[in-house]
Amino acid sequence: MPWDRNQMAARAAEELEDGMYVNLGIGIPTLVANYVGDKDITLQSENGMLGMGPFPFEGEEDADLINAGKQTITELSRTSYFDSATSFAMIRGGKIAAAILGAMEVDEKGDLANWMIPGKLVKGMGGAMDLVAGVGRVVVVMDHTNKHGDSKVLKECTLPLTGQGVVDRIITNLGVLDVVEGGLKIVELADGVSEDDMRAATQATIVN
Amino acid sequence: MKKIYANATEALDGVISDGMLIAAGGFGLCGIPEMLLEAIKASGAKDLTFASNNAGVDDFGIGILLQTKQVKKMISSYVGENAEFMRQYLSGELELEFNPQGTLAERMRAGGAGIPGFYTKTGVGTVIADGKEHKEFNGETYILEEGIFADLAIVKAWKADDTGNLVFRKTARNFNVPAATCGKICVAEVEEIVPRGSLEPDSIHLPGIYVHRIVQGNHEKRIEQRTTRKKEEA
Repeated sequence: MPWDRNQMAARAAEELEDGMYVNLGIGIPTLVANYVGDKDITLQSENGMLGMGPFPFEGEEDADLINAGKQTITELSRTSYFDSATSFAMIRGGKIAAAILGAMEVDEKGDLANWMIPGKLVKGMGGAMDLVAGVGRVVVVMDHTNKHGDSKVLKECTLPLTGQGVVDRIITNLGVLDVVEGGLKIVELADGVSEDDMRAATQATIVN
Repeated sequence: MKKIYANATEALDGVISDGMLIAAGGFGLCGIPEMLLEAIKASGAKDLTFASNNAGVDDFGIGILLQTKQVKKMISSYVGENAEFMRQYLSGELELEFNPQGTLAERMRAGGAGIPGFYTKTGVGTVIADGKEHKEFNGETYILEEGIFADLAIVKAWKADDTGNLVFRKTARNFNVPAATCGKICVAEVEEIVPRGSLEPDSIHLPGIYVHRIVQGNHEKRIEQRTTRKKEEA
């Protein structure tokens, strides 16, 4: 059985190590926070916060306390706040150890597309371009294929890029791939997924 | 110099003109200068360019100035929550310059710090880099981005003293600090003006040198995505 959203998030959480400062994107990456266990992880929210806590209890929402997805959240005893320029200084400056992000397409050179589909409504890149250019390690979490069954793991991205050669690791419902010299390397297969299944669903070059 | 004004309209008197570039603080609807935006709407100023991370929603924030077609151009990183924005953009009535969020924040910071340009890795190899100078430093490619020098900055803070020292609250600080610094004139709206000496000098987020006018008022502080958890989940 391929992994479901929660299993993908749990697998992505294994990428995180004690003491890391991490930025989680919107969607499945947000679920990663549920699986960090006892590890000492500090979550950054790029609108100006380190030490992001869980959603507030009903009635305790604070309009001045939101995450980058504009959702109400809470602070922790370790929390610090800062302005947007400082926030992206720590991102661009390489202080954030890892970002876990969703994607529309990834290719074998580590190019990432996750902000724009030409001809469709364009919402903007937000902080995604800064994150992929600046953080120590970029892990993409996404379904391996789109709703038409086409591979999202490509030889070359077709959509406008968010960053070039920025992705380090790809976690999908089928398993885990690393971006290496010459293509992608299979690191792990989801339970019940064969290497043939993985290769069939992947357009990118898979190297040994 | 007296910095405190009675209301938002007076605080903007003489500093608003057609076609100007305004840097606005806020992230989504969090920490936006909602009173000053209402006053700009009432002023009728048009052909405005806003450097602002977002464009509000249809009936709040910069969205209210889109309804009245007072905005010519937005310099933003994300405009997803605004249907009128999309309509005007797709029909060609509104110009849009997408900036990566960190690049926008740094462009404001740089402008405020007297830095006309800086090199960044953000956006290299993407449409953002088209037409921009590329330069290598230590084997890596960077692009040149320009500082923003705004005619006016409008920001929202939590507390101010009468000298313009500002304190923000939680994540409502966001773009307010860099936006404030890059304006020739900065007008700040605050929830509370406190007596001089009552703000801890070590805990001031933005020194009063950057803030020329202050107005106090009641803020709606609308929440865009109310998300909660149940007590039993705790």
